[in-house]
Amino acid sequence: MAVMTMIEALNSALDTVMARDPKVLTFGEDVGYFGGVFRVTENLQKKYGAQRCFDTPINETGIAGVAIGMAVYGLRPVIEIQFADYMYPAYDQLVSEAARIRHRSAGDFAVPLTVRMPYGGGIFGGQTHSQSPEALFTHVSGLKTVVPSTPYDAKGLLIAAIEDDDPVIFLEPKRVYNGPFDGRRDAPIQPWTKHPASEVPEEYFSIPLGKASIAREGEACTVLAYGTMVHVALAAAEDAGIDAEVIDLRTLIPVDIEAIVASVAKTGRCVIVHEATRTSGYGAELAALVQEHCFYHLEAPIARVTGYDTPYPHALEWEYFPNPPRIGAAMRAVMEA
Amino acid sequence: MPEGGEAPRPANALKLHIPKPHARPGETPDFSDIDLPDPGEPPRPALNATHRDMRRHAYGLVRVLDMQGNAHGSWAPAIGPEVLLRGLKAMLLTRAFDERMYRAQRQGKISFYVQCRGEEAVAVAQTMALQHGDMCFPSYRQQGILIARDYPLVDMMCQLYSNAGDPMKGRQLPVMYSSQAHGFFTISGNLATQMPQAVGWAMASAYSGDVRIAASWVGEGSTAEGDFHAAMTFASVFGAPVILNVVNNQWAISSFQGMAGGEQTTFAARGLGYGIPSIRVDGNDFLAVFAVTQWAAERARANLGPTLIEHFTYRAGAHSTSDDPSRYRPAEEAAAWPLGDPIVRLKDHLIAIGEWDEQVHAAAEKETQETVRAAGREAEKIGILGGVSAHARESMFEDVYKELPWHLRQQRDEGGL
Repeated sequence: MAVMTMIEALNSALDTVMARDPKVLTFGEDVGYFGGVFRVTENLQKKYGAQRCFDTPINETGIAGVAIGMAVYGLRPVIEIQFADYMYPAYDQLVSEAARIRHRSAGDFAVPLTVRMPYGGGIFGGQTHSQSPEALFTHVSGLKTVVPSTPYDAKGLLIAAIEDDDPVIFLEPKRVYNGPFDGRRDAPIQPWTKHPASEVPEEYFSIPLGKASIAREGEACTVLAYGTMVHVALAAAEDAGIDAEVIDLRTLIPVDIEAIVASVAKTGRCVIVHEATRTSGYGAELAALVQEHCFYHLEAPIARVTGYDTPYPHALEWEYFPNPPRIGAAMRAVMEA
Repeated sequence: MPEGGEAPRPANALKLHIPKPHARPGETPDFSDIDLPDPGEPPRPALNATHRDMRRHAYGLVRVLDMQGNAHGSWAPAIGPEVLLRGLKAMLLTRAFDERMYRAQRQGKISFYVQCRGEEAVAVAQTMALQHGDMCFPSYRQQGILIARDYPLVDMMCQLYSNAGDPMKGRQLPVMYSSQAHGFFTISGNLATQMPQAVGWAMASAYSGDVRIAASWVGEGSTAEGDFHAAMTFASVFGAPVILNVVNNQWAISSFQGMAGGEQTTFAARGLGYGIPSIRVDGNDFLAVFAVTQWAAERARANLGPTLIEHFTYRAGAHSTSDDPSRYRPAEEAAAWPLGDPIVRLKDHLIAIGEWDEQVHAAAEKETQETVRAAGREAEKIGILGGVSAHARESMFEDVYKELPWHLRQQRDEGGL
């Protein structure tokens, strides 16, 4: 075991898989020599050579399209989209191509591709460095969508994503790259070193996709969250003094419906939290699943705490970012209903 | 703008250019602006020529055959008549196949079809100049690749009929074939997406120390897509062993090639800006297409990187069964195309070199039509597109993922509702 930040854990995942499997290679803008703008691919070019870890032209269509061709050939490419906000030029390749190739060819071709993207706000990134586009992927059949919240999960899930035989969108909550940010922006910065999930095996391990984890056991209400919002929800429960059960979904598609049902059946109350805009967001799907599977257990309407249906505002970031008071208010609302 | 007319414009008012083809329905076809150099010019360059050496190849037109069927110049490929005869027969088969399946669509037996009439030489000659393991990333008008690689006609037809024998299980629109075993990548209905994928496949081959190369095809209209630019950039930057083909058949449905920028420059010339050796070739000249492809393939195999080829040809049929070309171009335009018909031109060449005659040709035509008819009967026995799908309802849930996730299992099992 070693103590790692999420960045170090992701780097360790890539290092571990590249050491085991010569079919794994990684590339993207500034990924090679420089090691990525967030340093996730640091030293990989030095260790594995420029054939296996390299910089690309600034063209997300090309990065995705080329990676699909490589995956079709039989490699396991891992691409980095420098910010999730930059993925739109690649969207056609991901949605119309990567996601559909197995189905349209009746299994003749497959695309074992992993698409890493730092996502989310809380870094004063403005509208082009803060978005949470997960629902644009969870809506697409043929893609899996994964969001880790801790260094341990980041390594185990990234390894599972790379080894998966289908395309996986791997969204990295960049606000918690270097520490478990809990949404209390005036509180002192917490390093990962004090968090138990920063203990990460240096060797190979993986966490199966499609399995949620319970970040906090509780009896009062269920909070469904992923990425940075897991930490914010934990802080909200503490601040509000509510014995919430916080479920860290980890994989959005396929989602761990059993974990959701077990928790909501127990608590009868459900709060859904995400940073992304609300309307048609992934939370809407979660709310539909909860009412389909747990309607007779529900004691209160399901509450959503999300980003607003506006572009991500630069100066008003902390008004937009779901914070512990907003989540606490939603918890109280479902408790009092 | 004031009521009752246009506002007065200043003398130096800016003007917008809206490209217009030379002729629309009711007008006389006009190809007088096409500059046809003599066959043999410009000559075959050295394999290691760079884009700087190739301005004449990109702006001119590589030809081998003259219009009387005689071969000229350094591009004339050193191939025996048996190869040419094989090419001719594959083109005849492709045309006979197209004719039958076009009729099948008109008879309501299939939902949709795309012919390649007039462009047969592109796919057939190129496939024959490639090796069997080389990977093709075609668009929807290169059925000649499958035919030249002896893919079973019955399987092609079953795909078109979406019947129980369809290797794609009825998942795709007709003509969207896929066969990894024949080096034929699953066709996408989206345009130009296959181009960066072909570059990636070629990069993967080089990364893996393989010896196989890739090729991709796109229409001149689709070169306007960003994917084309992505493919050219990556192919050039990483020296990918790939042949990128632009099939300039003059028409993208109803839009003439000028709408993709063909008024200002050639499509081959776009390659020079990326530093990619680029050639414009008479796409109706089997020998020239073969020779240019062979040159590009040799370059790729020698680690000299990508080549862009513009095939200058004419789409003699409709875009698909969903459009009527007499609504947007003169009906006589195909016959007026100055570079003729690829089958006729190869036939004339084989006759000129004493390997073929009109009687044998007529017999070969008849034979290919009979081959297609026999395949058609067999495929139709398996089924035609009907009200009831030949495919089990559950099959649509397969292959979305390698393994069926719970939510798809649930949706599959909701069937009775």
